[in-house]
Amino acid sequence: MMFLAAVPGFSGDQTSLNPVGPGASHIEHTFALIFWITAVVYIIVMAVLVISIWRRHHSLDTMPDPQPTSAESDQRAQRMVAVAIGVTTVLLFTMMISSFAASRAIATMNYEQALTIHVFGHEWWWEVQYPSDQAWKSVVTANEIHVPVGVTIRIHGTSRDVIHSFWAPNVQGKRDLLPGYDTDLMLKVDQPGRYRGQCAEYCGEQHAHMAFYIVAQSQDDFNHWLQGQQKSAPPPATPQTLHGQQVFLTHACVMCHTIRGTTAGSRVGPDLTHLASRTTIAAGMLPNNTANLAGWILNAQNIKPGCRMPPNGLSGSDLQDLVAYLETLQ
Amino acid sequence: MRYALALLLSTVLLLNAGCKREHRVFDPGAAQASVAYAAPLDPVHPGGPSAPAAPSIPSARALSQYEQSAYAVGEGKRLYMAFNCVGCHQHGGGGIGPALMDAQWIYGSHPEQIYASIVEGRPNGMPSFAGKIPEYQVWELVAYVRSMSGQLPEDIAPSRSDEMPVVKAEQARPKEHPQDQQKDRKAQP
Repeated sequence: MMFLAAVPGFSGDQTSLNPVGPGASHIEHTFALIFWITAVVYIIVMAVLVISIWRRHHSLDTMPDPQPTSAESDQRAQRMVAVAIGVTTVLLFTMMISSFAASRAIATMNYEQALTIHVFGHEWWWEVQYPSDQAWKSVVTANEIHVPVGVTIRIHGTSRDVIHSFWAPNVQGKRDLLPGYDTDLMLKVDQPGRYRGQCAEYCGEQHAHMAFYIVAQSQDDFNHWLQGQQKSAPPPATPQTLHGQQVFLTHACVMCHTIRGTTAGSRVGPDLTHLASRTTIAAGMLPNNTANLAGWILNAQNIKPGCRMPPNGLSGSDLQDLVAYLETLQ
Repeated sequence: MRYALALLLSTVLLLNAGCKREHRVFDPGAAQASVAYAAPLDPVHPGGPSAPAAPSIPSARALSQYEQSAYAVGEGKRLYMAFNCVGCHQHGGGGIGPALMDAQWIYGSHPEQIYASIVEGRPNGMPSFAGKIPEYQVWELVAYVRSMSGQLPEDIAPSRSDEMPVVKAEQARPKEHPQDQQKDRKAQP
């Protein structure tokens, strides 16, 4: 299979053919088995068809004479059909048993030792929570799911509005997130890296722009990240960022977003406490940089029509100070 | 045969014309996107005091636009939950705040009056949303609030709820007749 690494779809950060965890590996093995069995059977059937047409191509223009049969040839034909049925049955059962085995292996991943992460599907972004026994230690973020490598993760998911589906193909199969119903998905990532996932259940206007990233890190890096996320937002240090914070707190932003450490505490939109530590905005749609952030705040409806972020008519200096403040939220 | 084909074709064309989907306006334009502002009549503000801004004047054009769009009314219903109107007015039946699904209107039942109540706030509890939400969202809320007492046509008012329904859908509510909307009030006993 090595040569396939060069073929598009067999490498990359969003393909089930490049598995980086046991869940996706089981699925990929089953896929490979079914693919090779059906490919070989297809080639054999096509070859037999072509050979038999070639053999009798001289009689294509005329009505062929019926082939003479004897008791012996009848018996041979019967035997051939019986063998073909037998082989077909064995192959179908092989595929079915492989599928059962993969499902079982995924379903019996270690439940007890798992790290629980809550994922909520929203139209059209992902809310991610790392619960903790101590309330001040629990973390709320969006669209980027940091996980430690080699640790079993329990994604405890549900939806806040319509049906979404959580799917990071390199890591695990799909799992639908249903409103009013909690569901668990077990996964484990064996290689550090960034793996892209997407909503896999049509959920409205911006379904195609509802992506997330799984960021797999070493346990140390993960702990460091989690400790950083547990902190409240740093107070503004310069007059510009102080004014930016005032703009945030006295305009529409505060109606929907949270910045821990300030009076902004609404949970309608993504938590912005550590916005600057995320690499993308708008659910994986745009890189998180000054220009994109400013454009998004001014008129998100131009970028992602139908999304919940209203256009904001801010003055140039207000906007610059607001973006400068948001960029300090590491 | 030819007639049958022509008949079929014209029927399909006619049916197709009937399939006009409501056009959703996502970008309300700069004028409607500016933050609604009026002198607050109540010191309570969601999320703290707001920045002073130029007062906005509600336009009648905006009104018809929102009350004729099922999408806008649906957005109003979502915002009614998101901005916690539901916390005091419940799903129209009232509780801490007055009921919105009946014919009783302390500060007037006309759309401009409901707009003013949301933006200015009202004494004894109704917070002022001045400087906090864009004008178009206020109009979406106004349209939804009016649908609660059956003021909007059936095909515009919401037909279902995301939560457990405790009252009939807005679409199925009987139309209330507030006092201030009756022209011939004197004719009534």
